[in-house]
Amino acid sequence: MKKASLLMMIGPIFLLGLFIFPLWNIELGAPQYPDPLGINIYINGLEGQNEFDIQNIDGLNHYIGMKTLPKPEDMWEFSVFPMVIGGMVFLGVLIGFLGYLGKLSYHWFFGWFVAMSILGVLGMYDFNAWLIDYGTNLDPKAIMKLQNPDGTPMSYKPPLLGHQKMLNFDAYSYPRLGAYLMFVGMCLTILAGYLGWKNRRALKTKHTKSLSHA
Amino acid sequence: MKKYRFYMMTLMGALLLSSCGTGGDKGANGALGSSAAEKVYVAPGEQDSYYAFMSGGYSGNITVYGLPSGRMFKEIPVFSQFPTSGYGYSEETKPMLNTSFGFVPWDDAHHPDISQTNGELDGRWIFINGNNTPRIARIDLSTFETAEIIEVPNSAGNHSSSFITENTEYVVAGTRFSVPVPQRDMPINEYKGNFKGAVSFISVAPDTGRLNLEFQLIMPGFNYDLAHPGRGDSHGWFFFTTYNTEEANTLQEVNASQNDKDFIAAINWKKIEEYVKNGGGTKMATEYAHNVYDEHTHTGTSTMKNEVITVNPTDVPGAVFFLPTPKSPHGCDVDPSGQYIIGNGKLSADLTIHSFDKMIAAIEGQKFDGEAYGIPILKFEDVLAGTVESGGLGPLHTEFDAEGNAYTTFFISSEVVKWKLGTWEVIDRKPTFYSVGHLMIPGGNSRKPFGKYVVAMNKITKDRYLPTGPEMEHSAQIYDISGEKMELIYDFPTHGEPHYAAGCPAELLAPKSKKIYRLDDNKHPFAINNPSEARVERDGNVVHVYMSTIRSHFTPDNIEGIKVGDKVYFHITNHEQDFDVPHGFSIIGQNTSELLIMPGQTKTSLWEPKKVGVWPFYCTDFCSALHQEMQGYVRVSPASSNLELSWSLGE
Repeated sequence: MKKASLLMMIGPIFLLGLFIFPLWNIELGAPQYPDPLGINIYINGLEGQNEFDIQNIDGLNHYIGMKTLPKPEDMWEFSVFPMVIGGMVFLGVLIGFLGYLGKLSYHWFFGWFVAMSILGVLGMYDFNAWLIDYGTNLDPKAIMKLQNPDGTPMSYKPPLLGHQKMLNFDAYSYPRLGAYLMFVGMCLTILAGYLGWKNRRALKTKHTKSLSHA
Repeated sequence: MKKYRFYMMTLMGALLLSSCGTGGDKGANGALGSSAAEKVYVAPGEQDSYYAFMSGGYSGNITVYGLPSGRMFKEIPVFSQFPTSGYGYSEETKPMLNTSFGFVPWDDAHHPDISQTNGELDGRWIFINGNNTPRIARIDLSTFETAEIIEVPNSAGNHSSSFITENTEYVVAGTRFSVPVPQRDMPINEYKGNFKGAVSFISVAPDTGRLNLEFQLIMPGFNYDLAHPGRGDSHGWFFFTTYNTEEANTLQEVNASQNDKDFIAAINWKKIEEYVKNGGGTKMATEYAHNVYDEHTHTGTSTMKNEVITVNPTDVPGAVFFLPTPKSPHGCDVDPSGQYIIGNGKLSADLTIHSFDKMIAAIEGQKFDGEAYGIPILKFEDVLAGTVESGGLGPLHTEFDAEGNAYTTFFISSEVVKWKLGTWEVIDRKPTFYSVGHLMIPGGNSRKPFGKYVVAMNKITKDRYLPTGPEMEHSAQIYDISGEKMELIYDFPTHGEPHYAAGCPAELLAPKSKKIYRLDDNKHPFAINNPSEARVERDGNVVHVYMSTIRSHFTPDNIEGIKVGDKVYFHITNHEQDFDVPHGFSIIGQNTSELLIMPGQTKTSLWEPKKVGVWPFYCTDFCSALHQEMQGYVRVSPASSNLELSWSLGE
């Protein structure tokens, strides 16, 4: 159980990487952009992949009536997400510590993982909802109003994950180092839960055995 | 053994087959030789391996080419107004062309030279001389724009310029015409003994590149034609070819060609530098302009200077010597080791090579053959290292590869001759088309040449390209010199008349070439940080328009309240921060030129409306899909109008 608890204390710390490294990246490449434009998405705001990419993406998007990319103060997510992640890291380390002291069982390890997973899914859902709004809620006075073959307005929603061709651009949306660190950290917590469970069973068997001997 | 031979045969067979498979032009080199086309072909999307900077001669500018493709990348405006960008027309760049003669919007740009450290190209700056109204320019090689121009007083026909010493301590400017120094009203036919030739040493600040005219050596009244610095052991010396040592003042074609030998002047500039540092020299009143462009304010300023330190060569013993050199030598070239000084006697068939070591020995042995105006003349035989008897006619200029070979242009016999340093034997000769003047090997004037190509710059074009009437651009030729024999691989037209060129490997400059100017570094007094600061202000009849451009609109784009007789300054800031998104500005009746404003830059155009009406302005650079919509109007009212200034966008 000591090993499991240590893992449980280490795992959540990997999530702190989200404060340093981007969670996600959306990249736009086109013939006239041999160096693609890109947005690095952090839990507390957006940053250009190159220094002036945000300004340049906004410059292009104004033709099709998209809103400018949000500043940290424009979206509640950028202030709430850091608190949620910070809180979860604290909670995870605390659970691990209490597990180490033998005050909590491995069930709490799984509990933390499940809670983190639910938050993660909610986060993705929210991210996707923003992408939909960003890509479809267009200025009615847009310079270029493009339509699908069926007459519906064209959506400029970038993919949640993977590649999509959008007009002359190839859009790529993939997780970045922050997300990978989160993944590793969460895996460590499941491993902690699994080790805790195995350890518990081993203890139980041992206990039963010693009882039968008596 | 038999088996081995069989394998070899198969291998040879395979090689032959594969080379046959590539097909195409085999030329005279046989089936195994690669074709000239392959050597110069730079496939779409790929880049050249060398930069070449060609002087524009009477265009006054520098053109930038790629080697081996011969593709032109840019014309850098230096001494000439350039409506393409607004250089010399915009308020910010007019001061760059200021001189003691006032605004001189043109010059004859001759000899570019790239800055060096320890005798090797370092790619910080390139220098070039204005020949007609003597000036030296420094071009920044991160922006490829003219950063500084300094006028050279007491000089006329600034030809033996702008060559640098091996650590870019000085850029040197020698006069072609000797003139009265200081200038005065006197009979022309009293030239002999009275006219002087000023050789100027302009220091280059190692950090900023800032130029300063440190001293002028007032030499006898010969014509100082070309120059090159010593390097290695001969660092600290500078060598100048002279002609018209006859000091003729008329029909020089004949009268300046009488002496069997003219001189190469060897100048120990370190000695003179020390002399001046210790208070030597005479301060002379004069007048010259010093123009500096600030990359942060995007503005040039012109300052008039009125004093120069002159040095009489006879006052510094052991500093200046004459090396007799046959027949009106043109190019004065120093090999990469610094040992050989080559005099290209343009009216003879031969090249004269002097030895630096022999020169020093002769000086130490005091073996002189008389003097000229107090300057010791060394004995020809004492300093001679050798003669290249080429069989060509009219040698002009020599450059070097890294293998101990030299390449000389022969103007009259129209050829490039390759010869060996030390043995003086001719290795190869190839015709040029036609009448080659100068030639360039990247780094060929440094301790470390990159001897892959030589570019021959020809004076006569004739039938090399489709005809374009009597006037044609000059022709250049590229030779592959990587083998024993030179191979002509490409012809391409140049712009203006290149008198010389300088080249360097692409990797020296490409990585540091700027993509944009940073808006947050823009210190222009009339710049605006944000389109929301755009405004129009009146001060009497002077109106300042603080205008912004960003794809694809001007802010403001409607201006009213301008009156006939106003002086309207349009200060345009390009708020783009994206690579290669300039905007242009032009307005009907502009008496200057358009402006082409790079991202992050501010430029100013003066417009003096003469007619009442509503006048359009527009962007001249196809900046986006809505470039054609990037336009606006200025309402011009009669001079007596009381209409208040107003401006707007999108209202």
